[in-house]
Amino acid sequence: MTFAPGDKVRVRDHWPEAEGRKVHVRTPHFLRGRVGRVERHLGAFGDPGSLAKGGDGLPKLGLYMVAFERADLFPGTTRGPETLTADLYDNWLEKIG
Amino acid sequence: MSGAHHGDHVHTHDHAHDPLHAAEPRPEYARLERAVRELLIAKGVFTAEDIRKQIELMDSRSPAMGARIVARAWVDPDYKRRLLADAKAAAGELGVDTSNTATVVALENTPARHHMVVCTLCSCYPKAILGVPPAWYKSSAYRARAVKEPRKVLAEFGTVLPDGVEIRVVDSTADMRYLVVPMRPSGTEGWSEERLAGLVGRDSMIGTALAAAP
Repeated sequence: MTFAPGDKVRVRDHWPEAEGRKVHVRTPHFLRGRVGRVERHLGAFGDPGSLAKGGDGLPKLGLYMVAFERADLFPGTTRGPETLTADLYDNWLEKIG
Repeated sequence: MSGAHHGDHVHTHDHAHDPLHAAEPRPEYARLERAVRELLIAKGVFTAEDIRKQIELMDSRSPAMGARIVARAWVDPDYKRRLLADAKAAAGELGVDTSNTATVVALENTPARHHMVVCTLCSCYPKAILGVPPAWYKSSAYRARAVKEPRKVLAEFGTVLPDGVEIRVVDSTADMRYLVVPMRPSGTEGWSEERLAGLVGRDSMIGTALAAAP
């Protein structure tokens, strides 16, 4: 999946660690299911889930810096000029809108 | 000795030694590390000397390297452009060895936007440029609070920004390591690079502080 800067994306609301298997996931819990915008494409990098188990990390995954509004991440906090970016692999992102 | 009696003995024994365990947190991980290290040395994967050299190399890196990079960017707009486009290569221009490091991205603070770096998942940090991270950077308190209440956390560091300035928390969750380029303080016009570098502290390159005032 490829995305362009400005694309509105949702982080998958997916909890593989809850399925009882040993997994290595680099998508923070507080971002699951949240909506942000692609800020920039950072390149293609080895799949961390595969690398953590001694695998070759292939196929590589696209990595994107995604920007979120703080108020969208933490309901109840006041909306202000506060944003957060995280670097997320394309298999965790779904284009919306 | 009956099993039950033995169990009682172990119970009493553990209690007597609790303070020793508390003095060395997670001794099981220390034992595991030593066992794995000794096995890797025995199998010839690397030598004890390799480990010593790596520790020495890590300890030789310090925020002074980052300060030189920032000071160069302040005085040389072309260098700043190269730094923002490819921080690893730009660091290499100043003799910083980044051959074994992850991709480094430099983010420029402006009057409109202030960047502050955190790694909520672990403790990712641009070690090749700044050396080892401070203890607070790895603390669960900083990692949890930086994303939720960044303005309050900054204020606790003594960094109070005007309400209109966007605070952008940069969570380094993957392969990038982030270096913040703080704003050049006013009143430093005509300063040499070396003198400017003296204003660039470690925390200003993490984004929990500003560059020092002259």
